[in-house]
Amino acid sequence: MKSLRFAAIASLLFLASCKAVVLSPSGDIAAQQRDLLLLSTGLMLLIIVPVMALVVFFAWKYRASNRDAEYDPDWHHSTRLELVIWSAPLLIIICLGALTWVGTHLLDPYRKLDRISADKAIEAEYTPLRVQVVSMDWKWLFIYPEYGFATVNELAAPVDRPIEFSLTSTSVMNAFYIPAMAGMIYSMPAMETKLNGVFNNEGVYDGFSSHYSGHGFSGMRFKAHALDQAGFDQWVADVRASDTALDRAEYLELEKPSEHVPPTRFGTVDADLYHAILNFCVESGKMCMDEMMALDRQGGMGIAGIMNVTALTHDKYARRGTVLGSAPVTVDAFCTVLDSQRMYGSLETEVVQPKPATPIRGHALAQPAMSLTPTFTLLSTPRGAEAL
Amino acid sequence: MTLTEFIFGRLDWNAIPYDPIVQLTFVAVALGGIALVGALTYFKLWGYLWNEWFTSVDHKKIGIMYMILGLVMLLRGFADAIMMRIQQAIAFNGSEGYLNAHHYDQIFTAHGVIMIFFVAMPWVTGLMNYVVPLQIGARDVSFPFLNNFSFWMTTGGAIITMISLFIGEYGQTGWLAFPPLSGIGASPYVGVDYYIWGLQVAGVGTTLSGINLLVTIIKMRAPGMTMMKMPIFTWTSLCTNVLIVASFPVLTVVLVLLSLDRYVGTNFFTNDLGGNPMMYVNLIWIWGHPEVYILILPLFGVFSEVVSTFTGKRLFGYTSMVYATVVITVLSYLVWLHHFFTMGSGASVNSFFGITTMIISIPTGAKIFNWLFTMYKGRIRFELPMMWTVAFMLTFTVGGMTGVLLAVPPADFVLHNSLFLIAHFHNVIIGGVVFGLFAAINFWWPKAFGFRLDPFWGKVSFWGWVVGYWVAFTPLYVLGLMGVTRRMRVFDDPSLQIWFQIAAVGAFIVAIGIGAFLIQIAVSIWKRDQLRDFTGDPWGGRTLEWATSSPPPDYNFAFTPVAHDVDAWHDMKARNYQRPTTGFAEIHMPRGTGAGVILSVLAVICGFALVWYIWWLAALSFIGIVGYSIYHTFDNDRDYYIPVDEVIETERKREAQLASLKA
Repeated sequence: MKSLRFAAIASLLFLASCKAVVLSPSGDIAAQQRDLLLLSTGLMLLIIVPVMALVVFFAWKYRASNRDAEYDPDWHHSTRLELVIWSAPLLIIICLGALTWVGTHLLDPYRKLDRISADKAIEAEYTPLRVQVVSMDWKWLFIYPEYGFATVNELAAPVDRPIEFSLTSTSVMNAFYIPAMAGMIYSMPAMETKLNGVFNNEGVYDGFSSHYSGHGFSGMRFKAHALDQAGFDQWVADVRASDTALDRAEYLELEKPSEHVPPTRFGTVDADLYHAILNFCVESGKMCMDEMMALDRQGGMGIAGIMNVTALTHDKYARRGTVLGSAPVTVDAFCTVLDSQRMYGSLETEVVQPKPATPIRGHALAQPAMSLTPTFTLLSTPRGAEAL
Repeated sequence: MTLTEFIFGRLDWNAIPYDPIVQLTFVAVALGGIALVGALTYFKLWGYLWNEWFTSVDHKKIGIMYMILGLVMLLRGFADAIMMRIQQAIAFNGSEGYLNAHHYDQIFTAHGVIMIFFVAMPWVTGLMNYVVPLQIGARDVSFPFLNNFSFWMTTGGAIITMISLFIGEYGQTGWLAFPPLSGIGASPYVGVDYYIWGLQVAGVGTTLSGINLLVTIIKMRAPGMTMMKMPIFTWTSLCTNVLIVASFPVLTVVLVLLSLDRYVGTNFFTNDLGGNPMMYVNLIWIWGHPEVYILILPLFGVFSEVVSTFTGKRLFGYTSMVYATVVITVLSYLVWLHHFFTMGSGASVNSFFGITTMIISIPTGAKIFNWLFTMYKGRIRFELPMMWTVAFMLTFTVGGMTGVLLAVPPADFVLHNSLFLIAHFHNVIIGGVVFGLFAAINFWWPKAFGFRLDPFWGKVSFWGWVVGYWVAFTPLYVLGLMGVTRRMRVFDDPSLQIWFQIAAVGAFIVAIGIGAFLIQIAVSIWKRDQLRDFTGDPWGGRTLEWATSSPPPDYNFAFTPVAHDVDAWHDMKARNYQRPTTGFAEIHMPRGTGAGVILSVLAVICGFALVWYIWWLAALSFIGIVGYSIYHTFDNDRDYYIPVDEVIETERKREAQLASLKA
């Protein structure tokens, strides 16, 4: 028994000494997640330990060679026991379910922080440090819109200042994970996810992708520096001092697959870059997805819109078409009557009226009047459209 | 398009992997294959194999063939596991290990796919195929030809998957092939296509086999065997087949959509033009979560049979066991989102799926308690099946606990995709499914072959697996808590290495377990006369399969038994059942057919042609499949009668066998 206890303590000590970052994080969110993890484990052990002990005990006591043990081959039902075996787990699950509901809502990665740490309240009016994160093949791009610069594979933040991450991806899914700070969240192309977190202790922490994303996945790691305010200001000054700029052309270079990319700094960054990445329109002249969706919300263009597409080239894979399908296409910016006249002089063109933007309200009701603010006008004749 | 391109599609010499590991494997497999073919020819076994096994529609033989398929594929899947463990144990301090990303990424993808689809599924299906008709007192399944066809389609899927090892490549996407990574943009070569067609061909087999067993259980039970008198294994098989029939079509459809994206440029799961990769993730897990219950439920049934047999006691709480199974079946459809809490669903959605997941642990817990109280006041004989069961109860509870932990979304946010998750699902799949399968194999082997498995090597195998499992996966739990995530090929942090080395040692201990299992089978065949069982009921069984001889005659039962109680055979023995010795009649039986093999070969050719864009071959083989299926429907020579003399002779021999035991 003594040796058993010793073994248990020794293994716990061993575990504590081996940098179990999930169990001893440096950020309040991760710490609360850890607390919930331990609490749930404790709750479950209430039932797991007795069950395992009983398995061993019954297996030993009712072994065939023990003729002293009672043998009752027809005993197979006991209402009281059945009640216990269904209700005991049920009670635990009720507790755990309540804990889950509350914990999930409190620790929702989209939720703004309501405290800095257990013993540190948050100011009523605060601006979080905003960081825009882009997972690329196979590196991380961090854009600091507040400061107008960007870094690759290097993240820094002042301690005790809430950080609000907005995440997206260039081509495939990844998951952004700094175990010391907060739980992970997926970053997905053409979608945006959010993560709120904070560092409470200074230090250098590991960050990486935790969702497999292709051959360079193992090298998709970066260091997250949690600095004091002075250190962070210094870091900001250092990055700003870098004279490389991340404009759209530079970004398209950066987007090409590369592995084990060393930390890189860009002193300035195109202000619209994140929006363009998220909406797949970094190449100039390409229609952003949000614009396209806005058009679609207004009724779309129907068949007339087909002429506005050109071969898709934006994926860094130089996406070739599928073997049986047509080449993949994308939507360029729409050309307007004005464009057409500028190009071709005053050609006779038949102008298609935009569809009414407001919904039809039902059979008996009159259609609402046409919106007076069409945001676009279109041509129906594809003549020369390619030339644009 | 050149003529070569027309004939061979995109298949060319570059498709032969230059990797020396793969080439050596190929040489070994080729030599082994030649030796096997040579031996079969030399001993003139082809006719025997073709007539007695390949074309057989006997559920017992098909069940055994499924088990062999699973065993062969286990060796492949386990070789992948060992390679991963070695890579992760040495890729430290700047070392790249011995596998490049292209190879390593294929290995973890293939490991997952093979272990789930071509090891666990054939084993579970084979077990149900063998045992269920015997347990319900039937002579075969409802659709005997369909059964043969299902087996060969599953094998066909396995063959397509195995071809990828030597011609081309396998997917490098992870076992569920999430787009956009599995889309044509990020994975333009053949890997994902092998994945798709391997699973589609095997999926036909699985779905049809699910329908077959479902109908068999509903329609072919012995008189008197009402639903609430069915053996628990039959109950869990019923629920599993309900799950198969209801969930595998989802997999088929989602893979069809993915192939349309890859072949004809649709945009179901692309990043742009309205595609939505999240839709794929949802759909595949709507199949994927029930799938894990498809695997574990029949083994819950096995443990129930084993516990009550080896404690010499009726199962505690039969009714609550049945309801627990049904509740798990229903709930398994309401939890799929717990596989991606971290993809940004809202807190309420996450809570809902977290809580439904926890609720599943209630019926599962009730099952554990039922087995526990079956042991209470029992007289437990620790034969191998019972040893596996106790090991399961101790191992699986830990896996269940970590599973519920992962169902708490905030905890999942720090543990998802980590090695903690890997440890968890191996804990339930090895601790539940694999332990259960070994319990089942040791339990029903004497029924299938008429002699027991050697207990010494069985125990070596048992300890190899149990110790090996704990040594291999406990370090992964620890590593998960250290924030280490899955599918990594190289590591920076040298302090992690020791844990991976321990895990690799564990994997080698498991290898001892697998080796000992193979030796156990060989030794048992060698010593079969000493291990012989004439009773047909070596363990003091309780259900109908033990009422007939071992191995059972082709027709299973000369007279359909009548069930009066839950443990029908136990009840018959208790009431001094006398074997009927007169009044035999000829028995109507289904006839074997080669159609299953032929259709499966055509399906493999079609799949291969589609992978390599060899359109003419794909079209021809597809027409062949449809044409041959139609032709086969005109084959009316599908049944025969076992003449009464033969039945009398078989039963007389059996009588003599039993009489010699009494003497």
